[in-house]
Amino acid sequence: MTRLIARRILLALPLLLVISLLLFAVLHLVPGGPLSAYLENPNVRPEDIERLRRAMGLDRSLAQQYVSWLLAFVRGDWGYSYADGQPVMRRLLERLPATLQLVGSAVFIALLAAIPAGVYAAVRPRVDRATSLVAVAGISLPVFWFGLSLQLLFAGLLGWLPSSGRSTFGGGSFGDTLAHLVLPATVLAVVLASAWMRYLRRTMRETLAEPFIGVARSRGVFERTLLWRHALLNAAPVFTTVVLLDASMLASGAVVTESVFAWPGVGSLFVDSLAKRDYAVLMAFLMCGSAVVVALNLVSDVVALWLDPRRRATLP
Amino acid sequence: MTRTSVYAAYSAPGIRFAAFVVGALILAALLAPFIAPYAANAIDLAHRRAPPSVSHLFGTDELGRDLFTRVLFGARVSLAIGLISAFVSVAIGVAIGATAGYVGGVIDALLMRGTDAVLCIPRLPLLMMAAATLHPSVPVLVVLVGLVGWMETARVVRTEVQSLSEREFVAAARAVGATPLRVVWRHVLPSALPVVAVASTLAVARGILLESALSFFGVGVQPPTASWGSMLYQAQTTLTSEPWLAVFPGLMIFVTVLACNSLGDAFGTLRAHRARQE
Repeated sequence: MTRLIARRILLALPLLLVISLLLFAVLHLVPGGPLSAYLENPNVRPEDIERLRRAMGLDRSLAQQYVSWLLAFVRGDWGYSYADGQPVMRRLLERLPATLQLVGSAVFIALLAAIPAGVYAAVRPRVDRATSLVAVAGISLPVFWFGLSLQLLFAGLLGWLPSSGRSTFGGGSFGDTLAHLVLPATVLAVVLASAWMRYLRRTMRETLAEPFIGVARSRGVFERTLLWRHALLNAAPVFTTVVLLDASMLASGAVVTESVFAWPGVGSLFVDSLAKRDYAVLMAFLMCGSAVVVALNLVSDVVALWLDPRRRATLP
Repeated sequence: MTRTSVYAAYSAPGIRFAAFVVGALILAALLAPFIAPYAANAIDLAHRRAPPSVSHLFGTDELGRDLFTRVLFGARVSLAIGLISAFVSVAIGVAIGATAGYVGGVIDALLMRGTDAVLCIPRLPLLMMAAATLHPSVPVLVVLVGLVGWMETARVVRTEVQSLSEREFVAAARAVGATPLRVVWRHVLPSALPVVAVASTLAVARGILLESALSFFGVGVQPPTASWGSMLYQAQTTLTSEPWLAVFPGLMIFVTVLACNSLGDAFGTLRAHRARQE
């Protein structure tokens, strides 16, 4: 087990290296590169641009720039935000709790909905048809439009919930935060749950077709125990993998939701930095987002092994 | 699976409806100048910000332009970007997937690890950064959206090509001396067509969603060109006073993507049935 984890970590490193190379290329191969914002500004003189170029080390070869950027990044020196001169790492870290709160709540809500829906869809044709409709609709929803519509309905027309932000000015009690959290968390949860209930349904179907289920049934195990214990526990490893992988993809899904609801997380920081062409923040966000995906890939492999004794037995 | 259930999959009401919706949307986009009740960008300051009514089905915007007309013309932009970007991503995906699946070995490992790497990068933020730096015109935007959507196609095509390569007819083609390129192009890929069809339909849906998200953040389609996404971008500020400006373009994106995804799902199920029959 330890050897396997070590091997997976060793495989993840070249993956991260390729990702860093790709991201660096995207930023630097476009005309103007990181200075494009200044190039378009008629008030910035050519000699100023030349000075900036030297100051930022953009006059060196691309390879040199890449290596020094990568080394600095690994050391934790992510540069300074162009917008306010603060260290990028501090800006990202101060936004992280809000994002974790939002994503955590969304995953929780999505699991509460997806597990019963997926389990019943596997055994009841009527539930199956209903959930498959809901699922296709859920993955087809433009997230920003769904967010705007909920805002319009619950904050604008009905006035039940606040439309944006994380707390009322001067507020910040538990109830206040919860009221602000409901809409953005629901938007993310709907998208997640739509995918998850179909996955769970499929794995439950496959599990229910296995011989051991028939054996348990012939021993007189209650249908309900059969479904929720015997089948669900066996479907759990695959389902957990999917949940962990999707949760990692929220790094990008949260960008849209956070920005629509002005949720002060990492995602809305990305959108703000996009408008300001704050490339140090954008690059750090993309690198960290990809690293989270790589890390959760690894975690999901390990968790699946840990949950599934059958797979552990076949380990070398 | 029996013959009748394959027939049932074809004729399920959902599929027919989805196919009808897609067809109607494409037709409406093509015939926009003839269907539209008003001229494309006709300004009518006397009827600004009018809510939906009989004369303006979807209402009007801050310049008195008819929203129904704008949505019809927006369909041309949104659908074109969706379809062409899907073509780009499917072309790249098929090339990479087929090479990896047919050649195998080190090339396969390299291509697939590269695909894994690209899949790890958050797609929309990457696209947003690229679009913000490049200020793309619509053709460049299409290429950008296509460039971030090929990975799924590459994966499924690789798996399909791998399993097809072990079949007798491929061995036969190789035995008579066909070059690898010819074997893949004439023998393997035609048999992989169903998989490619599913991937293409899903890629259209993804392309439309990505473009609308980019435009919604103001880094996609730029005025005076309007797509459904950029119409939503403009409607954001007047959400409470003129909600119809946001509701209708968004609804169009939703319906279009829903129809494409349902078609893709249906093709997928049908293919799975066929495969099991064989």
